[in-house]
Amino acid sequence: MSKMRYSRRSILKGGAAAVAASTLPAPMIWAQEIKDVVLRQAGTGVSAFNEVAAKVKEDLGFTLEMTALDSDAVTQRAATQPDSYDIADIEYWICKKVWPTGNLQAMDTSKIANYDKIVGIFRNGKLTPDSVIAQGTAPHTVGFVEGPGSSTFVQEESGWMTLIPTIYNADTLGIRPDLIGRPIETWAELLNPEFKGKASILDISSIGIMDMAMVCEAMGEIKYADKGNMTTDEIDKTIAIFTEAKKAGQFRAFWKSFDESVNLMASGEVVIQSMWSPAITAVRAQGVPCVYQPLKEGYRSWGGGIGLSAGLTGLPLDAAYEYINWYLSGWVGGFLMRQGYYSAVPETSKLFMSEDEWGYWFEGKAAQGDIVSPQGQVIEKAGAVRDGGSFENRMGKVACWNAVMDENQYMVRKWNEFIAA
Amino acid sequence: MRRDHLNSWLLATPLTVILTIFLILPILLIVAVSFWTADEFSFRPDFQFGNYAYLFGSSVAWKVFGLTMLMTGIVWALTLVIGFTVAYFLAFHVRTLKWQMVLFLLTTIPFWTSNIIRMISWIPLLGKNGLVNQTLISAGLIDQPIEWLLYSSFSVCLAFVHLYTLFMVVPIFNTMMRIDRSLIEAARDAGASGFQILTNVILPLTKSGIMIGSIFVVALVMSDFVTTRFMSGSQLANVGRLISNDVGLLQYPSAAATSVVLLITVLLIIGAMLRIVDIRKEL
Repeated sequence: MSKMRYSRRSILKGGAAAVAASTLPAPMIWAQEIKDVVLRQAGTGVSAFNEVAAKVKEDLGFTLEMTALDSDAVTQRAATQPDSYDIADIEYWICKKVWPTGNLQAMDTSKIANYDKIVGIFRNGKLTPDSVIAQGTAPHTVGFVEGPGSSTFVQEESGWMTLIPTIYNADTLGIRPDLIGRPIETWAELLNPEFKGKASILDISSIGIMDMAMVCEAMGEIKYADKGNMTTDEIDKTIAIFTEAKKAGQFRAFWKSFDESVNLMASGEVVIQSMWSPAITAVRAQGVPCVYQPLKEGYRSWGGGIGLSAGLTGLPLDAAYEYINWYLSGWVGGFLMRQGYYSAVPETSKLFMSEDEWGYWFEGKAAQGDIVSPQGQVIEKAGAVRDGGSFENRMGKVACWNAVMDENQYMVRKWNEFIAA
Repeated sequence: MRRDHLNSWLLATPLTVILTIFLILPILLIVAVSFWTADEFSFRPDFQFGNYAYLFGSSVAWKVFGLTMLMTGIVWALTLVIGFTVAYFLAFHVRTLKWQMVLFLLTTIPFWTSNIIRMISWIPLLGKNGLVNQTLISAGLIDQPIEWLLYSSFSVCLAFVHLYTLFMVVPIFNTMMRIDRSLIEAARDAGASGFQILTNVILPLTKSGIMIGSIFVVALVMSDFVTTRFMSGSQLANVGRLISNDVGLLQYPSAAATSVVLLITVLLIIGAMLRIVDIRKEL
């Protein structure tokens, strides 16, 4: 506590610092006080790594407590228990559902140092100036509001952001190339009778329905105006096609958690299924061949971000801004890119990755040496190329974003009927 | 008021208070919420029967309730037969108390690991490339792996029987141990065969144990949702899953309505069972 014992000189210095702090745009916070700040982050677990919390303590001095829950539980908590978290680590489609409850506060982009470097997907929706914006809840459509306290989303960069993007990825089907033995090129293969009793889909309605839609459209059965916002008629048709397949024994099982999908694939119970990127890595780490198969119809993509609880004010709010700025400054980005995700500000992440890592994960180049996971496990040998290739190749082929529909309640009921059928 | 009268009231108070706060009030709350209305995020106090109307009007709900009852019936019958046989063996064939206790403890082995681990461990045993299929294939009994061993009604049923047979064994074993052995000797002296002793002496005297075990099994199977989800690979639904899905999607009023109907169903079944055997008289 010696720092807290003021001499005349230190008071003068402190006074000068306080004046500086109150005039500078990014307020400097007293190191002693911020040490006691505890920020509670509730999220979906994809980005809830203990390593991140430890690094926050080391770099910023305050404590970050992370709670990982499944998407439904996070939505529920964000919508109904605003006092139980300071930072919500949620996906953009969850934001669309939760924002109208008024439990989150908009963030002033002028306080975000790397705002201008955030990938276009999260600002104007375009990866490159000539990209076409995909269907579904594209992040930029729910990324901005009119101003503080507003609950109306705006389509342009208003300076008030709902979520600061953290990680995102492009999802596709995972396959066991050794058990299939032929090229897989389209989503329609999920319902190919050849894989009867060997296919799986995830039992999370909001995401599962999108995978279903990708399949139905690829089969040529249904043409959707917007897969992310189906009509009741489209929902009926989609569910009907899958119910028929379910009754015919197409599916071995459905999965709800990450581990289940890994078990199904690694044990060979399933050879083709909806899957998430780290699950592929986990299967490969067991020495089982598994490919995150790029498909010609494109990817189903998702994006996550952190939002601030409406109740956050004063010092904890300043700490939260520090945390966000730190999040975008590169270390976390590098850490998450090594998991197979993408960071919102790739150019800062690059500084925290080796040239070989950057080449493999981001540019789609062949690995020069061993590619190691953040936990130090070798996951790829020299010569390996990332499934789907470079960032532009993968994120440039997004067919739809995870979404929440206007007919959400109807869809959920239909989904429950599908599971019970 | 007489002194011991007061004492018994006082002795009953702590339990009454605990049950009121942690059992009666929550149930009343669930009943109340089941009449509320909900939209996607908010639900608000109301008094309407929409949740029940939807539940009773939904063919899926009827089917799921039917399946749950069917599964409960099958699991109950299997656990009863297995549990009774095991308890009978322990009580009447194992001579020394030491071995009775050792073998009895063996039956509790399934409870030494967590529910989830137990369920995941079925995959290497029953899966397509699991031990059972590999053994059968290498023995030349089958050419193709049997698929219905895992992620089917069979595997759900198997897991339930595995998990809950103990709940039958314990109370039945307990009542059997209290049967006066001289009754069996008397029956034998009177010329009864082994089977007649079983049906005319032992079975009637273990009725209360059977009933207690049955109540456990019925209540546990009817309210389960985890086992069904894991063992069927999410492909089968039961009432518990309907409720957990609703809760996950913030549809508390609808979940509450389903819970109330489930509670009433279970109470009716247990009420009917208690009609057949008066446990308190038998004990």
